[in-house]
Amino acid sequence: MDTPAASGVTPLPTAVDPSPRVVDESDAVFRLHDVRQVRGGKGILDGVSLDVPRAGFTALIGPSGSGKTSLLRLLNRLDDPTSGTIEFSARPIADYPVRALRRRVGFVFQTAVMFAGTVRDNLDIARRFVAEPSATLQEREVGELLELVGLDPAFASRQAADLSGGEKQRVALARALVTKPEVLLLDEPTASLDPEVADRLVHTLAHLRECTGLTMVVVTHRLHEARLAATFVVMLETGRVIESGDATTVMNHAVHERTRAFLRAGEEGRRSE
Amino acid sequence: MSEHPIAIAWLDLVAASVLILVAVALSAWQRLGLGNQIVLGAVRATVQLIAVGYLLVWVFAANRWDVVLAVLAVMVVVATITATRRQAKRWRDRMKILPISAVAILAGAGLTLVYVSTVIVHVKPWYDPRYLIPLFGMIVANAMNAAALALERLQSEMESRRAEVEAYLALGASPRQAAAEPARRAAVAAMIPAVNALAVVGIVSLPGMMTGQILAGADPTLAVRYQLVVMFMLTAANAITAALTVQAYRRTFFTPAAQLRAREADESAQASPAG
Repeated sequence: MDTPAASGVTPLPTAVDPSPRVVDESDAVFRLHDVRQVRGGKGILDGVSLDVPRAGFTALIGPSGSGKTSLLRLLNRLDDPTSGTIEFSARPIADYPVRALRRRVGFVFQTAVMFAGTVRDNLDIARRFVAEPSATLQEREVGELLELVGLDPAFASRQAADLSGGEKQRVALARALVTKPEVLLLDEPTASLDPEVADRLVHTLAHLRECTGLTMVVVTHRLHEARLAATFVVMLETGRVIESGDATTVMNHAVHERTRAFLRAGEEGRRSE
Repeated sequence: MSEHPIAIAWLDLVAASVLILVAVALSAWQRLGLGNQIVLGAVRATVQLIAVGYLLVWVFAANRWDVVLAVLAVMVVVATITATRRQAKRWRDRMKILPISAVAILAGAGLTLVYVSTVIVHVKPWYDPRYLIPLFGMIVANAMNAAALALERLQSEMESRRAEVEAYLALGASPRQAAAEPARRAAVAAMIPAVNALAVVGIVSLPGMMTGQILAGADPTLAVRYQLVVMFMLTAANAITAALTVQAYRRTFFTPAAQLRAREADESAQASPAG
């Protein structure tokens, strides 16, 4: 079985994937319409309507508490919205068997959780949810996955718990790629890393997207990262989309005053870093 | 029984309560502030046990299957309520775990009792209260502890491993796969007392039932055989109750869409999530 790196094309779903599939001519991988989320009587998302472009690098930006992470979690159904509709590949997201959906839409958390064992064990665990319980990855596949996320294949035999924060995040990334997803959701993947390590990870992500055609949706509070890699930017505030569009346009010629203020504050923050 | 045990008269009980006074005096001397609790506990124990003694006299005399079953049912109900008491503060949450622990305790204790009373002890008639009630009492108490430990441990494991469980879910794991490690740890925690008891019996502890039989004049080897049966049945009841509790309780942490349910704290006062 080819890995995304080997084939250089959009990763194909695995043979066991039973989810419904349609040829989607539109360029939106996710379509959200009037999505609201209320938790504990508090509005988290307040009528979000949004198209997430296929094969792009979409950055979700906005101040803390604006609902970025909550929005991201809806896209592989770690949570469900209180109301509104979400379509994935032109079908309601709830129409897909949830486990199959999550293999097609991977998720990388803010702080990488390593499972017990070696790096290889971590990758094999993900493999088991796709294929028969005893399935393991070939040596070659492990090596390719690790190289794809910028790790030396020798890492395979390292204890996952002993790795540095940046290395763990890369292993989490490789683990999410085991199921050959079409979309990768990343929740502030660089938040717990120091700036230099964070930049390298962002470059890896951009490179990964270029050679696999993966759609990426990334929550970030570092505007610098959005500038480095994003093709599409969505600005959220208090649970609403303030502005969204082509990355260059939003980052340089934001229409909305709130976006401009947020970007200004971000740039100042970076200069003083 | 080879001989009648030496009787303890009511007056002897008064003399025995001197032992309680020793504990109260030591508490006062060390300023532990436990005096009231010790006295209250002693009074409660006295009242409860005397009441049970008279109740048993009546149940044994009645010797009816329906009365025996009613007594066993009350034991299960009390054990169920006790097992869930520490677990959930709010009634709404408690209603979720009451049926789980009721079924687990009933199955664990009930199946074991049926096996022991029919296959091993050959109790005749099948409802003979002199056998069924003490045997069931021991089994239920054990099953109750197993259920309480399993509930408590699974909840804390699910809480502390929330990120890990969600990481599994995000990879397409089933809730069962995602919660495998918390479930395993909870089951182990619930089983450990029974396993430890098996290992140390006769060395560290002389079991109460065996001691009681010997005091009552039974042949020590018969007392030992009874005790072994009791130990084995407690182990089985413990394992069944722990397994059922963990399996059923595990499900309550997930929605039908394989999502982790919001934490209690989040539901009542949602702190804004990151981003």
